[in-house]
Formats: sequence, C-alpha cells, structure tokens
Amino acid sequence: MTTLLPEKDRGGGPGAHEEAGQEAYQEAFDAAIAADERIEPRDWMPDAYRATLVRQIAQHAHSEIIGMQPEANWITRAPSLRRKAILMAKVQDEAGHGLYLYSAAETLGVGRDELLDKLHSGRQKYSSIFNYPTLTWADVGAIGWLVDGAAITNQVPLCRCSYGPYARAMVRVCKEESFHQRQGYELLLALSRGTEAQHAMAQDAVDRWWWPSLMMFGPPDDASKHSAQSMAWKIKRHSNDELRQRFVDICVPQAESLGLTLPDPLLRWNEERGHYDFGPIDWSEFHEVLRGNGPCNEQRLDRRRRAHEQGAWVREAAAAYARKHGEQDGDGRTAA
Amino acid sequence: MTTSEWPLWEVFVRSRRGLSHTHAGSLHAPDAEMALRNARDLYTRRSEGVSIWVVPSSAITASSPDERDPFFEPAADKPYRHPTFYEVPEGVQHL
Repeated sequence: MTTLLPEKDRGGGPGAHEEAGQEAYQEAFDAAIAADERIEPRDWMPDAYRATLVRQIAQHAHSEIIGMQPEANWITRAPSLRRKAILMAKVQDEAGHGLYLYSAAETLGVGRDELLDKLHSGRQKYSSIFNYPTLTWADVGAIGWLVDGAAITNQVPLCRCSYGPYARAMVRVCKEESFHQRQGYELLLALSRGTEAQHAMAQDAVDRWWWPSLMMFGPPDDASKHSAQSMAWKIKRHSNDELRQRFVDICVPQAESLGLTLPDPLLRWNEERGHYDFGPIDWSEFHEVLRGNGPCNEQRLDRRRRAHEQGAWVREAAAAYARKHGEQDGDGRTAA
Repeated sequence: MTTSEWPLWEVFVRSRRGLSHTHAGSLHAPDAEMALRNARDLYTRRSEGVSIWVVPSSAITASSPDERDPFFEPAADKPYRHPTFYEVPEGVQHL
C-alpha cells in the first residue's frame, strides 16, 4: 500500500552508525509516536516494532485469503443470481484485502514469497475463525454479520495505527467491509422472516458463530502477551476486552431486529456499567483451534497449498511472456 | 518461478477527469500490461478511477528520510512566500 520498499542499505538504518547514532534514532522514533505522527517505511524503527508489525500484518493478510474459502464453498449453491453475484464480489474483495496487506507487510522488508511460504508451512498463523466450517447457506449470512462485524470493530481503530502503510490499507479495507456486513445482515433477515425451516437455519448459524466471533478479539487483556507493547507503540488503540465489549453492545440490538437470539443465557443489560454483561468464553476451545485442532485447520491449509501449486504454471507462463517481450516493448504508452 | 521474481509496481489512479493521478498502492506483476490489469482489479473494483498509471517501483528516486531536515530546510526560513506574511490595513478588499 505504499511507495517504496525499504532499501537493503536503508539510509535511516543504524547499521552503519555507532551506538550514539542509534540513541538519536530511537529518540526521533519515540517523539514521532508521542506526537501521534505516522512511521513510514524508510524511517528508522526499533527491530521489535518492525517484527511485531510483520507478525500482525502477515497474520492479517493470511486471514483475508484463507477467509475466501469458507464462503467460496457456497458460491455454486447460492440460492439466486443476485446472492451469487454478491458473494462472488465479496470473496473477490477478500483477495483484494489480502493483497493490500501483503503490500503493506512488504514495505517492512519481507518478501511476498517468504510470507506465503510461512503460511503454507504453518509458521505464521491466520485468524482461527476460518477453521470453522460453513455448514449451511445461513452461515454465509452469519459470517457477514458477525465475523465481518467483529473484523470491522477491530479494524476501524487500525486506520489510525502508527505505521502508515498498515493504516492506509485499513482505510481501504474498512470502506469495503461495510458492504460485507450489510449483505450478511440482509441475508439473515430474509431467512429469519422466511419459512420456519429458514428461520431455524438462520438461528442455528448464529448459535454456532457467536462465540467464535467473540474469540476473534483475542485473549482477555490480562492474558494477552503482546497487547501492552502494541498499545504503547500505538499499533493498537484499544484493548481486546474493550473491543469485544463494544462488539457485544452493537450486536444485541441488531440480533433483536433480526428476530434471532444470541446463545448466551447470561447476556443482559447492566445499567450500572452502561454495557451488556455476557457469559464466560471457553478459551480452551480457542487454544485448541489455535493449536491446529479446529474442525477445518488441515483442510484450509491443504486447499491453500494446492491452489498455490496449481497456479504455478500461470505464474511461470506470465513471467516467460514478460521475458520474451520485455526487450521489444520500448514504445510504452506515455503517461498523461 | 515465483512472484517475488515479478517486479513491484506503484499504482496511480485518477479518480475523475480534472484531478491528478494519486498514489493508490503497489502490486507485483510480470510486465506493464499485467500490472495495469491487476491494478484495475485491485484498485478500481468500485469505479474508483478513470485512468491508471503503473510505474516500476525501481524507477522511483526518493529523497531520503534521513536528509529530511537539511533537504527541505531552505524553505523553512522564507515565510514571505506565504500571503499571510504581509500586513494589510483593515478594510482593504480584493487583495
């Protein structure tokens, strides 16, 4: 999402400078963060800041492209041409979001292939929400409403992230996500107001996706190992629990307007706090899925690897064509 | 052959006639023609543009962030280049 890759011999890097230089760079970085300025790719930044961003942006990018699978599962069986066109546009958007994010990660000095390789070998993760199966058509609606809704709640504050290219990618992603959430809501509403069987299908999907969606905000604040540092660096603007609460507060009235219930007997308005109280989250399930024992972990990665391998000949052909015609194309169209 | 062997391109999009092209982002592509097509699919899915430029990232020369202060310093002490530098008596119009 940004202009330039950091150069190998980055001008701002302290490598060629002595210790005293390093301190001045650190001070300039700290001052920029304190002043709420953005850090740009060729600025000096602490190694740990760079590594944190690479981990987070890569995981985010991987989530976007793995996230294409559970929904693509229903493209051929969409109940109408309208729904099919919408779903295809949404899945295409997810691919686009992945590409914005890979570009943002690349500005930190990692290669696209390196990132894909780490995804394929399981060394980098993607959001564990995508390890759940899409069993019925209503799941497409529940994903749009709840999973994309949770993603938006997470991503809106990321538009003000201290790292410029990530923030800019998020602005574009958030603009596009709101269609995703609305189409999901509309889909569920149509089912909820449909036949008894359709209503039951919508309710079943919401029952299955509610808790995993709450887990998307990550572990509780006191168990989140990266949170404090990320907030100090202004990569993250709100804590996991804060965002989770915001999401619950938004969803409860929306569920009511859908005519559906949320599967939590402890869910009730707390006048004193001005928020909805909700029941305890089963974190053992979260950690199991994270460890690779979710219902679809293997299937998702297999599919991803296969798609990459099967696309190899296209990449090779395009590169061969470019090589062959590269020398003859001196007369490119002028920019105007 | 892998994508990392495909060069990186910077994408500039003119959102409508009368406006300049603005940097939209970057992408990988084997050649200029594919870069244009990929840019259309990636950055104008919602009619965000009427014209696209793609430029090999390697063709861009940038000022160094390190030189920021001295490089731009000549402009810093010339406030007389701004109209607000000048005092105008109350009531004078169209100036």
